[in-house]
Amino acid sequence: MPARYTFGGDEHLFVECSDEMSLDAFFKSLSMATGIKDSNIKGVTEICPANASLQVKFNPDIIKPDDILKEVQAIEGAAEKAEPVLTTRIVEIPVYYNDPWTHETLMRFRERHQDPSGTDLEYAARINDFGNVDDFIAAHSGSPWFVSMVGFVAGLPFMYQMVERQRQIEVPKYLRPRTDTPKLTVGYGGCFSCIYSVRGAGGYQMFGITPMPIFDPTQETSYLRDFMVFFRPGDIVKFKPINRDEYDAAVEEVDKGRFSPPIREVKFDLREFSKDIDGYNAKLEGMLNGH
Amino acid sequence: MAIKVLHHGLATTVQDLGRPGYFHLGIPIGGAMDRYAMRAANLLVGNDEGAAGLEAVFMGPKLEFAEDALVAVTGADMPAKVDGEERPGWTAFKVKAGQVLSFDFLKAGARICIAVSGGIDVPEALGSRSTYPIGALGGYKGRAIAAGDELPVGEGTLASEGKSVPEELRRMPSNPCELRVLPGLYWDRLTDAAKESFFADEWKVAPEADRMGYRFKGGRHLDFVERKQPFGAGSDPSNIVDSCYPYGSIQVPGGTEPIILHRDAVSGGGYFMVGTVISADMDLIGQLQPHTPIRFVKVDMDEALAARAERARMLAALRESLG
Repeated sequence: MPARYTFGGDEHLFVECSDEMSLDAFFKSLSMATGIKDSNIKGVTEICPANASLQVKFNPDIIKPDDILKEVQAIEGAAEKAEPVLTTRIVEIPVYYNDPWTHETLMRFRERHQDPSGTDLEYAARINDFGNVDDFIAAHSGSPWFVSMVGFVAGLPFMYQMVERQRQIEVPKYLRPRTDTPKLTVGYGGCFSCIYSVRGAGGYQMFGITPMPIFDPTQETSYLRDFMVFFRPGDIVKFKPINRDEYDAAVEEVDKGRFSPPIREVKFDLREFSKDIDGYNAKLEGMLNGH
Repeated sequence: MAIKVLHHGLATTVQDLGRPGYFHLGIPIGGAMDRYAMRAANLLVGNDEGAAGLEAVFMGPKLEFAEDALVAVTGADMPAKVDGEERPGWTAFKVKAGQVLSFDFLKAGARICIAVSGGIDVPEALGSRSTYPIGALGGYKGRAIAAGDELPVGEGTLASEGKSVPEELRRMPSNPCELRVLPGLYWDRLTDAAKESFFADEWKVAPEADRMGYRFKGGRHLDFVERKQPFGAGSDPSNIVDSCYPYGSIQVPGGTEPIILHRDAVSGGGYFMVGTVISADMDLIGQLQPHTPIRFVKVDMDEALAARAERARMLAALRESLG
């Protein structure tokens, strides 16, 4: 399906690869973003890939809107023919589900929620036809996730579940956004999971919290010394449920500069993945665990 | 040399011309809301246009100078005072060691830019001194300034006292203000009636208006063309699969209150956008007070580029006038 092109004022070209989310649309947008970057088009100032779309910021004093449009359209053709293969990394993120901090916050904003009588996890489990919260957590942490976009605020990853569409978790956002969300909350809205990189407003359902900082402007965190943002589009994430003791121990490791998330480099092939999703995910997990 | 903050005003931050290059990671460009005013203030005191100054909204700070400096205040009409004595806006004036710079009430506009010869010399973060408070990045310790802070100032010159920006080169929004918009992005989600009312109605700046975005109220509700929502978009007709947001893009959650994203924009999200304010009019938004009436004016790309060229000519004239 050809992409839809539209201008965002006189400085942005907006490219919608698909109006619905899919790994195909994500791969195309990422591939186009890479293609545009590699073309070094004069006048292009920023390239932002998103879940199923991308945005190119340009300086119209240097390149005319019609010309940037033609350049990017030419790249679309090449991107469609490109092999859907990505060399990336898989990383394990510990998550303390049902933690006291997000629980305190979700109770504080209960009147803004679809189901004021329960918790976000109970609500999400029920509307996704899980028998109980534990089964829901097992599903959320059971398959890997693609980081399909980094943004909203500094370093926040949007993550797309790597399962068949009928198994994908879907939840609405809060009826009215909260004015507060704990830092490092693992959230969910639409078909995307996210990790709130900083404390602040938010509308995603809250499932838990990770002890692992993902944005550090001071760059003191051991694994963020080279760059303050952890995630990149195309990263693959596997959540690992942890309990309170493990959470506290991880926080202490982070504070002492000793925490380092398990990371392995992997090659992802969308065609192989689509043929046998569970088998492919098991292989990815095996690589993460060093098999 | 340092400036001691005696009172912070309301929300005063260190800003320059911003931090391009990190929007794909959710870090916005930032920088002065009214860039033209910040450039002018810097030129008046002999700085590079991109030197860091202070941006204060609605209420000025109170600052004590440790050494002599040349200062200029541009943007909103909020008279500056040195030891209580008024100084003209858009004009370079001297502040001597030990003197206090303060401000009278806001008369028009919303934000002043305060430039000091030598510039505010906080460390650069990702190539800019602009403050991004949500990310605790840049500026003075990643936050708005507070009483007791000592702001470092670079080496400046004291040569050009008395320089002034000619009246015709000062830019402020008209009342009602017109903001030119290029329709696009998800514009076709709207019904024909909504497309018409969006430009026909008068809107007013809502109280929720800050560096991240400006919200507007008072126009008619915008109705959507019916469709089955695409997978992953969310159930509300104003939802889309989370995408990037252009600077200046206008989202209308639920079809009710348009929000224009500005310098500290969130980089993406799941609300449809009807179009984008053209680059030539972005500075004006930073000078709008709550309750100000505005109208969105439809333009095409040629008109947007012509308006941009007009801004470039004005900036060239400013540089020539102060050069």
